[in-house]
Amino acid sequence: MAAPVAIHLEFGGGAELLFNGVKEHHVTLPSQSEPWDMKQLLVWIQRNLLKERPELFVQGDSVRPGILVLINDADWELMGELDYQLQDQDNVVFISTLHGG
Amino acid sequence: MRYSRQLLLPDLSVQGQLNLSKTSVLIIGCGGLGCPLAQYLAAAGIGRLGLLDYDEVELSNLHRQVLHGEENQGQAKALSAANAVRRLNSTVECIPYHLQLSSENALQLIQQYPAAKSSTYIYNVPTRYLVNDACVLSSKPLVSASALRMEGQLTVYNYRGGPCYRCLYPVPPPPETVTNCSDGGVLGVVPGIMGCFQALEVIKIASGQGSSCGQQLVMFDAQDARFRSIKLRPKQTGCAVCGENPSVTKLVDYESFCGSAATDKCRKLNLLSRDQRITVQDYQSIMDKAEPHLLLDVRPLVEVDICHLPFSLNIPLSSLEERKSEHIQLFQERISQLKQQMAGDCRPPVYVICKLGNDSQKAVQVLEKMSGSEVDSITVKDICGGLMAWAKRIDPTFPQY
Repeated sequence: MAAPVAIHLEFGGGAELLFNGVKEHHVTLPSQSEPWDMKQLLVWIQRNLLKERPELFVQGDSVRPGILVLINDADWELMGELDYQLQDQDNVVFISTLHGG
Repeated sequence: MRYSRQLLLPDLSVQGQLNLSKTSVLIIGCGGLGCPLAQYLAAAGIGRLGLLDYDEVELSNLHRQVLHGEENQGQAKALSAANAVRRLNSTVECIPYHLQLSSENALQLIQQYPAAKSSTYIYNVPTRYLVNDACVLSSKPLVSASALRMEGQLTVYNYRGGPCYRCLYPVPPPPETVTNCSDGGVLGVVPGIMGCFQALEVIKIASGQGSSCGQQLVMFDAQDARFRSIKLRPKQTGCAVCGENPSVTKLVDYESFCGSAATDKCRKLNLLSRDQRITVQDYQSIMDKAEPHLLLDVRPLVEVDICHLPFSLNIPLSSLEERKSEHIQLFQERISQLKQQMAGDCRPPVYVICKLGNDSQKAVQVLEKMSGSEVDSITVKDICGGLMAWAKRIDPTFPQY
């Protein structure tokens, strides 16, 4: 069994509006047989945090186009994207690209 | 010695200043970001500035588009910005372009800026892809920033082997997920800060110091007064425009690629049939005849505080969608009162209004689902074009925001 994982989630660029406007969430992912990866985290967020309109956040098993995912201040593309295995105290940011000025 | 204070900086020095004076920059968009960007580049002694914008100056621009003044309302933004820049520094060659950038004119325009520095800010998604591709195809760096509400973002694309916009966003976002300033609002100083930031990066690139934002996303959170720098993915070998086997080798149709229009103007939804909608003129005659009805304003409270019609009941669209019990109860009470007043008619009319007539249509759809089950049966219609149509056609004293 993998131990529970405490992580820090952040939403920005408007993505926070899907989560009642709350930008920062400290969450603990429960203990499970497999280690937690990003793919499972997205499912967990949908079930536990997302208030409405999941299509504005996820598409298929990944995030929708236009949302950038950062793991510990780096583009998740550098970290293995959906396969990245979450570590205790990781910081995961979901940022919607802005289109204004 | 106009530039003496910056010449003293070893980071710039005489050579850097000379490089600056030989640099041409095309600024795409003379709004909240483009204004401070143009202002600081001109003040610093850039050689040539192209100022491009298809739009005219409006009163609601002035809180952030600080090169334009009250007397410039109705003028082309490109011209107004060019005049302001010339007043500031007459040695800068300044070329206004009052036109919309398109697949037809973009390459030709961007290639006229041979010193290879295109600095831009772009509102809408199709124009972002258009400018990105044009910059990749003509090998220019793209200093790109955006600002909305209380946040800003900045990245330099296609710079020193770094990623382009498509490397990061190969697929455009669904149009309904994109919010612009006239929908989402923006605090003027936020694009001001981001535009100044763009000017800084352009000056660093142009003078020869180089930018460190080539594979970085800088995020600014105005609420927490915090800047963060994020390391981005490198240039993607599979990128459609800058990769090893590009499929985009000339400019394409970006509006159809993105499924949205290349202006920052609001999209118009068409969710309802004609008999579910009335015009502002229809609603005026309903008011004039004092026909019993309920006017439901579904805008967020912050907008209702700016202006509203008398006698309207405010329940934001989000509360309807979430079926907030206190709001549904309030709505039901008003329907019951109306029914008593109308004695006999069992489907009292409800007219839904919002700013532009998009949310009101969504609200009509929600209310039709609720009608006869969660609340008493009602006849519900939206008012086409919303309060802005009311201000334009019925009551010119009603604030347009």
